Amino acid sequence: MTASEATQPGLRDRFIGWIEQSDRRIVLATVAFVYGVFAILVILEQGLGLGTVNSIFGAWRTITFLFAAYALLTLALNLHWGYTGMFNIGVAGFMAVGVYTMGLLSTSPDALSGQGLGLPLPIGILGGMIAAALVGLVAAIPALRVSADYLAIVTLGLSEIIRLSAGSRTLSNWTTNTFGAGTGGGSGMDLPDRPTDFIFNSSIGESIADVFTVDVPRIDMLLFEFGNREVTLISSSILSDFVWTFVMLLVLAGVYWMVRRIGYSPFGRVLKAIREDELVAQSLGKDTRRFKIKVFMLGCALMGLAGILWQGSQGFANPNSYRPVVTFYAFIALIIGGSGSNTGSVVGSILFVGLLFEGPRQVGAIISARLNLADAPGTFDGAVAPLAQLDVTPFLAYAVDNIAPLQFVLLGVVLIIIIQKRPDGVLGDRTETAAAIDLHKEETNE
Amino acid sequence: MSDATTTPPAETTTETAATPLRVEGLEKRFGGIVAVDDASFDVKAGTVTGLIGPNGAGKSTTFNCITGALTPTDGEVYFQGEKITGMRPEQIANRGLVRTFQIARALSEMTVLENLMLAPKAQQGEKLWRSVVPGARQGVVDQETELRERVWETLEFFEIDHLAYEKAENLSGGQQKLLEMSRAMMTEPEMLLLDEPMAGVNPTLEDKLLDRIHSLREDGYTFLLVEHDMDVIMEECERVIVMHQGSILADGNPDEIRDNEQVIEAYLGEDI
Repeated sequence: MTASEATQPGLRDRFIGWIEQSDRRIVLATVAFVYGVFAILVILEQGLGLGTVNSIFGAWRTITFLFAAYALLTLALNLHWGYTGMFNIGVAGFMAVGVYTMGLLSTSPDALSGQGLGLPLPIGILGGMIAAALVGLVAAIPALRVSADYLAIVTLGLSEIIRLSAGSRTLSNWTTNTFGAGTGGGSGMDLPDRPTDFIFNSSIGESIADVFTVDVPRIDMLLFEFGNREVTLISSSILSDFVWTFVMLLVLAGVYWMVRRIGYSPFGRVLKAIREDELVAQSLGKDTRRFKIKVFMLGCALMGLAGILWQGSQGFANPNSYRPVVTFYAFIALIIGGSGSNTGSVVGSILFVGLLFEGPRQVGAIISARLNLADAPGTFDGAVAPLAQLDVTPFLAYAVDNIAPLQFVLLGVVLIIIIQKRPDGVLGDRTETAAAIDLHKEETNE
Repeated sequence: MSDATTTPPAETTTETAATPLRVEGLEKRFGGIVAVDDASFDVKAGTVTGLIGPNGAGKSTTFNCITGALTPTDGEVYFQGEKITGMRPEQIANRGLVRTFQIARALSEMTVLENLMLAPKAQQGEKLWRSVVPGARQGVVDQETELRERVWETLEFFEIDHLAYEKAENLSGGQQKLLEMSRAMMTEPEMLLLDEPMAGVNPTLEDKLLDRIHSLREDGYTFLLVEHDMDVIMEECERVIVMHQGSILADGNPDEIRDNEQVIEAYLGEDI
């Protein structure tokens, strides 16, 4: 072993130790890591070139947007499951309540599909959060009277009822005729524009877009002409999405601040006690039902908000976006990060979105771009049989063609590995003491 | 323990002050089984009263009925003159009647410090908005600072301060019993119900625990304890209540109980 090899781990350990000193560094390091992975993946797919810059930013836009969305959901879920031990598997439903309530309040009455009351957007957003909290109350009250597992059944059922109600044409027609607002049923509901879009619909947007457009010298060999070529480094649609994503990140920072304060407080202490042993908390005089109802409503309101910022920012709501799988994705992000840790929830969301959700699709794109695959075989037999002749191309083509189902296989494998090897997730084994102050004994000057 | 010891049981009328806990005709049925059958007894202030009986005599069920974990089928429980039958566990605990559990129920994933910080009543920070809103949090921080001092005093009193930063699950069974009792003390109770406080506790810790019960009784606390260890009962309790098949079999001082034929029979010749 050479000297340099011997010092290498020391440096590496010191670097990791330095990052672990602060939560901010952990989050930023994880983001930087995922950004780096995606930059490499995009370069592998497209090669190096000025146009690649736009694609890299496009990939970053997608993961940052999804990360912000999932981090909001996961933080809310962490309040329910990580802190209080309330098994809410109706996350998607509470998102839907938020989005559709926002739509019913703020969508224009003249919208093509699904009509709203046309109230200002802030009222819609607030209304959406309140509605999600109230639906949470409706779910929590009966479920609190029975044992905890029933909450899971109630929330899952409720979430599906909400999704199916939102997709009901009959219900939509009836509410439109009666109250002047309806969800649009299966054909979906038009939603208000993102409030940040005005920037890029104005001259400010053009001048911002200009900054990211560069002139590249160009030589036309045939005509012996010299000239310039305009290259868009980052397209204005990506820039405009980034502005919205930035708003989401600001909200995420605010929500993170809030749930962290809850975690480090006597309120959070009671939540943890409820998770550990509700009867003990009661025997110490804590009215656990009140705590559970409060935290459940708060979490549901945050899920509604996450829904509004995420699905509600797409200009269109569709009942199919609120399938239970969204709930399970949020749980996976929470389990990866470490249930019970707020920073873990954020880190878990980055890793989930980057490596499990968007990563496989990007890898699939690389394979199809680089290997020049023929048409994918239509059946599994057709994919596997050529392997006998050591021909892997049909199998790869088949795999790339079925990247979405394969993703589920990957998720399952990752979950099994985590639960086996690191059941506390990335950060779940940390001790985040639930108190508003440092509990170390005060040293008296003797 | 300055803080905890300066709060002796509240004085109401002389009668209720003398007997803080009164159980009248308590009955609890589970389907066809009568776990507690017309049990009546009371506990005098400032005493250590033992509740004994063979397995299945209904001791723990009685405890659960008194503390609200179970709702009795019939009968009444009075604490300091107030009827507490059918109240929820937290309502009873908030009136100063606090229990520990037969099998130590530490909050395992929480540290010893968190366990104790949880217990005090009327914590401002248990209001959600107070914990979040920037201006309101200062009051919470101040109260936490006060509580921290009391927590450390209590930990030192029970001699588990060296375990303060450990997760409760890492403590031994006996240490968890001490943790439970110190946690109960943090609520500043009027009276403590201890369900087999010595079970699974090694002799050294047992002495320590008895020591603590002694000095707390000197300070005017009232104890009702379920215990299997006859030596402990006979030595420590001023009064012993014996349960058998759900009913009260005998009630008297240790000497009377030792000579009671029925009690000896109930224990099938076990040496009392």
